Amino acid sequence: MSQSSQLWTNLDQIFVLLQHWVESFFPVWLQPAIGTVLGVIAIVAAFPGIFALTTVLERKGLGRMQNRLGPNRVGPLGILQPVADGIKSLTKEDIVPLTADGAVHFLAPVVLVIAVFLGFAVLPVGRNMVLANLDAGLLFFFAIGASTELSIFMAGWSSRNKYSLLGAMRAVAQMISYEVPLLLSSVVVVMITGSLSTVKIVEAQSGFTGIFPHWYVFTPWGFAGFVLFVIAALAETNRSPFDLPEGESELVAGYFTEYSGFKFALFFLGEYLAMLSIAGFAITLFLGGWGAPLSGLSILPSWAWFFAKLFCAIALFIWLRGTLPRLRQDQLMNFAWKFMLPMSLLNLLVAGAWRFFGEGWVRWGVCSAVLLLAYVLLGRVLMRHQHLGARSYRYAD
Amino acid sequence: MIFGLSIVFVLTSILTVAGALAAALLKNLVHCALSLTVTFAGLALLYLQLDAQFAGFSQILVYIGAVAILVVFAILLTRGAGVPEYRNFSSSWLAGLAIAAGVFALLAWAVIKSLPASAASSAAPQVSVQQIGLALMSNYVLPLEIVAVLLTVALIGAVIVAMPESQKSKTESAQGGGK
Repeated sequence: MSQSSQLWTNLDQIFVLLQHWVESFFPVWLQPAIGTVLGVIAIVAAFPGIFALTTVLERKGLGRMQNRLGPNRVGPLGILQPVADGIKSLTKEDIVPLTADGAVHFLAPVVLVIAVFLGFAVLPVGRNMVLANLDAGLLFFFAIGASTELSIFMAGWSSRNKYSLLGAMRAVAQMISYEVPLLLSSVVVVMITGSLSTVKIVEAQSGFTGIFPHWYVFTPWGFAGFVLFVIAALAETNRSPFDLPEGESELVAGYFTEYSGFKFALFFLGEYLAMLSIAGFAITLFLGGWGAPLSGLSILPSWAWFFAKLFCAIALFIWLRGTLPRLRQDQLMNFAWKFMLPMSLLNLLVAGAWRFFGEGWVRWGVCSAVLLLAYVLLGRVLMRHQHLGARSYRYAD
Repeated sequence: MIFGLSIVFVLTSILTVAGALAAALLKNLVHCALSLTVTFAGLALLYLQLDAQFAGFSQILVYIGAVAILVVFAILLTRGAGVPEYRNFSSSWLAGLAIAAGVFALLAWAVIKSLPASAASSAAPQVSVQQIGLALMSNYVLPLEIVAVLLTVALIGAVIVAMPESQKSKTESAQGGGK
């Protein structure tokens, strides 16, 4: 019995043990540095690998939703498609427009990818598996996320192309608007946990009541916060239905219209990595991080749960992209400032009330009722002037 | 160690000063704004070297995430950010130099006065984010609330400025009807 539990512990900590094993070949004073380098290598290898898998999953998933097959020629079931795409983008000619601002045009994709990679440093992907357990880890993630906006502006401005510039302006306006609800909806988690450290946030959700876990998403304020966070995350990563900055029917490809070859691939990589990291933070904040969803399932290693949840999040993003139409610019802004912001502010108050009501069913009733009432009333007020009925197309009648 | 300063400190300060110089001397306004961002990042790195995580990350969040974006937006929306149409040095550069030197002297005097007598004994205090939060919620709750009210007023003011003109004139005429 103890032998098998020992085996499970080892499996759970297999990457940590591997790190210590490699470290043991080096002198003691060098070991911390080697450990950090190994952690960085693991992040730089694992997440782009998931990115490659995501691109093929997304193309095949969207294909199925649109009643077509998707890529199926390269390798078995088209699984080697990302390899072909990578070779293609590496060998393509790198075209820089004649009037472009050379230095800024070159730096924009580099800054984007570096900033996005930095965000993974505070993401706990398993028990004892976080590169930097910072006291202010969550703040670090949001600070890094905010600085990606500048690289998008750099790309759009330096291309000297009206579509690029318009795309960049749209992207930055959208990201700034949705950053407010994104931050506010995660503040509730900080309020309840009492810490900005991502490791402590996951630990606070690690218990079980009966067989059910203590994830924050299973509380009224946590559920509201989770929904707000996911919507804001979609907008923050320019994913459909918030993909106006790269709406191909209006802006060619938005801020990276004038990028080709490997720089284009870097933008592509940066965007998907940003999606992965923000999904990872949604999991960390609301879905219990690397914790198992039922108490009996804890025997599986913690990192397996994290990556399983990550793939569920990716599937959700692909599903949304396949089903939702794109918003209009005014709808986007109205939604951010008139719905998301009031709801996330109210959610702060509800979380405070939850904290001071104490244990019992009263706080469940009150908190759920307040949030539900606000949701219904806000929806009613915002839809007051909307006359939704059968649409008629002028030229078809 | 170079002149008793660590190599990391020397590198970050070179980065910070170079960014500031570029911001003052470059011709293209957007380049100046981007160089200023490098200076902000360098300052954040300096804070992080002093174990001030909260200050460092807030510096990145506020200055790179918001102020730098605001600056480039202002440049783009006010004048063409392409061709520089003015000289690099304004006519009042001498007065500017004198003011800059004066401010620097004042700051340097203040810093030197506030140094502890024995530099060796000053161990870096360990301040966690939680302690900062507790201090803000107990000792400094009044300044915090004043700043919060000020920011809310600014937010509402921005919405009023951005309101459609016709709606504004309608309310004005409604108010002015009694006069």
